[in-house]
Amino acid sequence: MEEIKTLLVILLSCVFVDNYVLCRFLGICPFLGVSKKLNQATGMGVSVTLVMLLATAVTWPIQYFVLNTLGLGYLQNIVFILVIATLVQILEMFLKRLSPALYEGLGVYLPLITTNCAVLGVTINNILDGYGFLESMVSSLGCGLGFLLAMVLFSGLRSRINERIVPAPFRGLGVTLIAASFISLAFMGFAGIVEKIFA
Amino acid sequence: MDILIAFLVILAVALLAGVLLLVFSRLFAVEKDPTEEKIRACLPGINCGACGYKGCDDYAAALAKGGVNTGLCVPGAQKVADEISEILGVESVAFNDVVAYVSCNGTCEATPAVAVYEGVQSCRAASMLYGGANACRFGCLGLGDCAAVCPSGAICFYDGIAHVNTALCIGCGLCARTCPKHVITMLPQDTAVAVMCSNTQKGADARKACKNACIGCRKCEKACPHGAITVENNLARIDYTKCEKCGLCADACPTGCLKKVFFPNLPEDSNE
Repeated sequence: MEEIKTLLVILLSCVFVDNYVLCRFLGICPFLGVSKKLNQATGMGVSVTLVMLLATAVTWPIQYFVLNTLGLGYLQNIVFILVIATLVQILEMFLKRLSPALYEGLGVYLPLITTNCAVLGVTINNILDGYGFLESMVSSLGCGLGFLLAMVLFSGLRSRINERIVPAPFRGLGVTLIAASFISLAFMGFAGIVEKIFA
Repeated sequence: MDILIAFLVILAVALLAGVLLLVFSRLFAVEKDPTEEKIRACLPGINCGACGYKGCDDYAAALAKGGVNTGLCVPGAQKVADEISEILGVESVAFNDVVAYVSCNGTCEATPAVAVYEGVQSCRAASMLYGGANACRFGCLGLGDCAAVCPSGAICFYDGIAHVNTALCIGCGLCARTCPKHVITMLPQDTAVAVMCSNTQKGADARKACKNACIGCRKCEKACPHGAITVENNLARIDYTKCEKCGLCADACPTGCLKKVFFPNLPEDSNE
């Protein structure tokens, strides 16, 4: 029971409190770039979630069984980048061959994710926080879902903005960034809530 | 010594990644049909979707599999249809060329504005607000959604309504799908007479809404010697398979909503 509670806290705090896009400001590039339309934002969000899970499943064992045993923990950045980039490309080929329909939905976003800082951030933070394998996987899932949530919310907001007349100095990226900062502020309100729920 | 181990580990990881990528790229290579690629090269590649497929790639794939009409590419017209037929080794089909016509003649003078619309300058937005500012609920709003999607810049606005330059129109039908009022119709290229109205109200109401509206008087129906015109829902409809291009209907029309079509001679500065 205690374990499940810990996992739930990790999951929820990753989605809301420590949202990668809105609170840690990682993965801003796809957040601003691919959030113009809802279906694109959803596709990107799901792909990132998938890649985060897969990347954690691979990098966690590498860190603990290869790098740490050799005393090379400081190489994690370089090794993780290599591993994640390879992994995403293999996943892309895999989808292209086995499921063209899925590839059309998700695959086109995969090249964008190869060097995404949110994915690298999740894998490294899992190690820094000292999470076990299961905890790491749950935290990656939470971060992915948080990313998806942020993308979906923001794409909705952007489509609303597009229908409005924006004052000339704010047009384009200006109003987009301001809107992003408002969502970010709103998410700051979640701080402390998750721990209290299970206290 | 330490630096050597670190160097070797990175090298090993990089090599492994390289080898894995190579293996997987061989293992999961997707073979493309060479005919499909040849067909794809013929298609214009603007992904307009007029063929009914998701884009040029999709249409090419369907063609390569066979059993699909080779004359569906509207922008490519007869030339592309011939090329595809040659690649596939089938007999070329006659391509039915279509162009867009705006079925509305509700000029500023003919259908007065009953409200002042100051919202977002888009037909879609305007039509959601009580159907737009014009007296006629069926007509062109003239805010340019069709011109915005037109890939060939064939649509311009003059006197409050859209006009299609049939010489530039590639017949993709994007404008017809975009128009919230559905006033744009795709008609055969050799159309002689077009119905320039979409108002289905009864005669008096239609007349009240717009001076140029079709009032459903059936004069055209009687004038047509070939039985090509029927009046349905208070609106004349021409069956182009029966039309013999005599133009008698247009002469009989009291409101001028049946028009002998040609691109109107517009003043030059109206092309905005």
